[in-house]
Amino acid sequence: MNRKNLRRWFKGLPTHIILIVICTIWLIPTLGLLVTSFRPFQNINESGWWQVLAPPKGAAEYKTYCAECHGANGKKLVNGDLTDPNLIQNYNRSFALIAMLQKNINNQPHMGTVPIPNQNDAASIATYLRRLSGIDAPPRFTLNNYIDAMVGYRGSGTYRDACAAGTEPVDLSCTLSDMGNPRGMGRAFINSLIVSIPATVLPILFAAFAAYAFSWMDFKGRQWMFALLVGLQVVPLQMTLIPISRLYAQLGLNGTFLGIWLFHTGFGLPYAIYLMRNFLGSLPREIFESAYLDGASAWTAFYRLAIPLSVPAIASLAIFQFLWIWNDLLVALVFLGGQHPVLTYQIGNMVTSLGSGWQLLTAAAFISMALPMIVFFGLQRFFVSGLLAGSVKG
Amino acid sequence: MASKNSNVPAIMRQGKFTPWFYLLPALIVMGTFIVYPGINTFLLSFRNNGNTGWASTSCVAGQSCWGFLENFHYALTSQIMQTAFLNNLKWILLMVSGTVILGLLIAVLADRVKYEPIAKSIIFLPMAISFVGAGVIWKFMYNFGTGDVQIGLLNALIVSLGGKPVSFLTVPQLNTVALIIVGVWMWTGFCMTILAAALKSVSTEILEAARVDGASEWMVFYKIMVPQIMPTITVVVTTMVINVLKIFDIVYVMTGGNYGTDVIANRMYKEMYSMFNTGRAAAIAIVLILVIVPAMIFNIRRFRMQESER
Repeated sequence: MNRKNLRRWFKGLPTHIILIVICTIWLIPTLGLLVTSFRPFQNINESGWWQVLAPPKGAAEYKTYCAECHGANGKKLVNGDLTDPNLIQNYNRSFALIAMLQKNINNQPHMGTVPIPNQNDAASIATYLRRLSGIDAPPRFTLNNYIDAMVGYRGSGTYRDACAAGTEPVDLSCTLSDMGNPRGMGRAFINSLIVSIPATVLPILFAAFAAYAFSWMDFKGRQWMFALLVGLQVVPLQMTLIPISRLYAQLGLNGTFLGIWLFHTGFGLPYAIYLMRNFLGSLPREIFESAYLDGASAWTAFYRLAIPLSVPAIASLAIFQFLWIWNDLLVALVFLGGQHPVLTYQIGNMVTSLGSGWQLLTAAAFISMALPMIVFFGLQRFFVSGLLAGSVKG
Repeated sequence: MASKNSNVPAIMRQGKFTPWFYLLPALIVMGTFIVYPGINTFLLSFRNNGNTGWASTSCVAGQSCWGFLENFHYALTSQIMQTAFLNNLKWILLMVSGTVILGLLIAVLADRVKYEPIAKSIIFLPMAISFVGAGVIWKFMYNFGTGDVQIGLLNALIVSLGGKPVSFLTVPQLNTVALIIVGVWMWTGFCMTILAAALKSVSTEILEAARVDGASEWMVFYKIMVPQIMPTITVVVTTMVINVLKIFDIVYVMTGGNYGTDVIANRMYKEMYSMFNTGRAAAIAIVLILVIVPAMIFNIRRFRMQESER
């Protein structure tokens, strides 16, 4: 590396440092969620997720007080095998442990010259002994959180343990049908799909027709109607909720999939038409002219020419609309509520109810994020273009 | 008629009704779900909370009353709503400036490195996540433990530096800032992407010429890049202001609007679905759209400008 290159490298150094620091800060929160979702619930509240690879709780205290005689693995003394669950069973709490340590063994103080651990250290050692003896030895990583979240298990242990012991809650049966439990994320995932797919297809379908009329047909009021449409894009969602939920109450559409499909269709249309018309309008007019010269009808020109040509626009639009609905909470809350809980609704519920811990919450959040992330990484180009064009959406 | 719209080939003769067959489904759905509710909300805002009479019927004797505008009396002057307005103002000031400045910084810096796509993906990723997911992620970051162990990263950092753990989401003033940080985290990628696209269109010859003339990097950025992409910056700022005014999910998930973090949109939701005050909720919605109208006019004018360039 010659001197000029070296100088350039040093000049660029602040750029790299700032950029890498920002990117790290941006990644850390999501990383924390991901790591936590794979940790057993016993560990989550015991240590921070960044300590996931650190030695388990009590390892340091065990080393200070016990390892010299009992050995690093606890098996050194035949009469005091610390890996024996039957032995540890009696001393698995700090007070029991301290009481035992204060007694003499073979007429010698149990601890020899080493001081007896205080309450906190003893508690840590007890935790470590439970782990060592296999009484309570959670692994570093587990899939249990995801299983629990999927089936909607809210008990104090794990779904698999509860089923093995036959102590499952009344709403679970320990068969495959648990995936349909209304409290579970599995069911919510399906509901989110049921909501999102028609609510993506319908507005695009309607928008394609309307956008074609706006760009390649002639009718009275074309200009001002399109201007009005652009204005409609900025109407806030909140403005439309109250009358529609009153209307739905009269029609019996509250809490139905049809209701939410229609609402998303109506609300997605202005932007969808706007994007489609901009795309269709930019196609060269010659291709349409020649099609008409060849005797094509308006329908043929639309169906055989306009639609196949606008696939890129449709793709961007579809991704944008799909993710918008998938991630939506407000509309789902108002029009579906608890009748057909979707992912966002279910997580929102878990956050506000104090009953469920971080192990469920993190796994549930990640289940809801999985699909958007796949879409994002797989179709980044369409995703970004759809998002940029849709930046004015209400 | 056809001759006026040069865009449409004269040869495309349709019957008088054909265009309407194409338009009708969209028009019906939009009419039902945007135009009708818009008008209806406007009317409801003058009615009392059960829609049984004018809003003046909900006036309390002995207190100031705005007649049929009583709902707006509440929406504009009540203590609760003023807190919400003030919070929305904080959101606008901090979140818009935060996202735009950070977005611009990252766009400029990323333009100079080889790993630009990776860096941009990382910053953009939170856009793909729902507000609810982001709420969970950040609730965990902000987690406040009463015991010895802090499992929230931020409090663990504070403790390891010798400080006292902070309950980020319940301390007034601080909690709104904590929520805004979540918003910045989510939306910076959006600003970055738009601004980066604009930066790419700045002519490299001008930049090189300035550098040859001895201008520092800061001068190049401040005197050439920023003025050149100013129209885009304006658009991004307007769009962000609209987005921030409607912010709902972050507040709903993380604090539920408690501890003095309420914003307009969350207040509207609460009035409607927790207290069933339709009149008040409608008035708040109207106030919200009135605040958004300037940005909306700006957007329409921008559209007209684009059209005339086409």
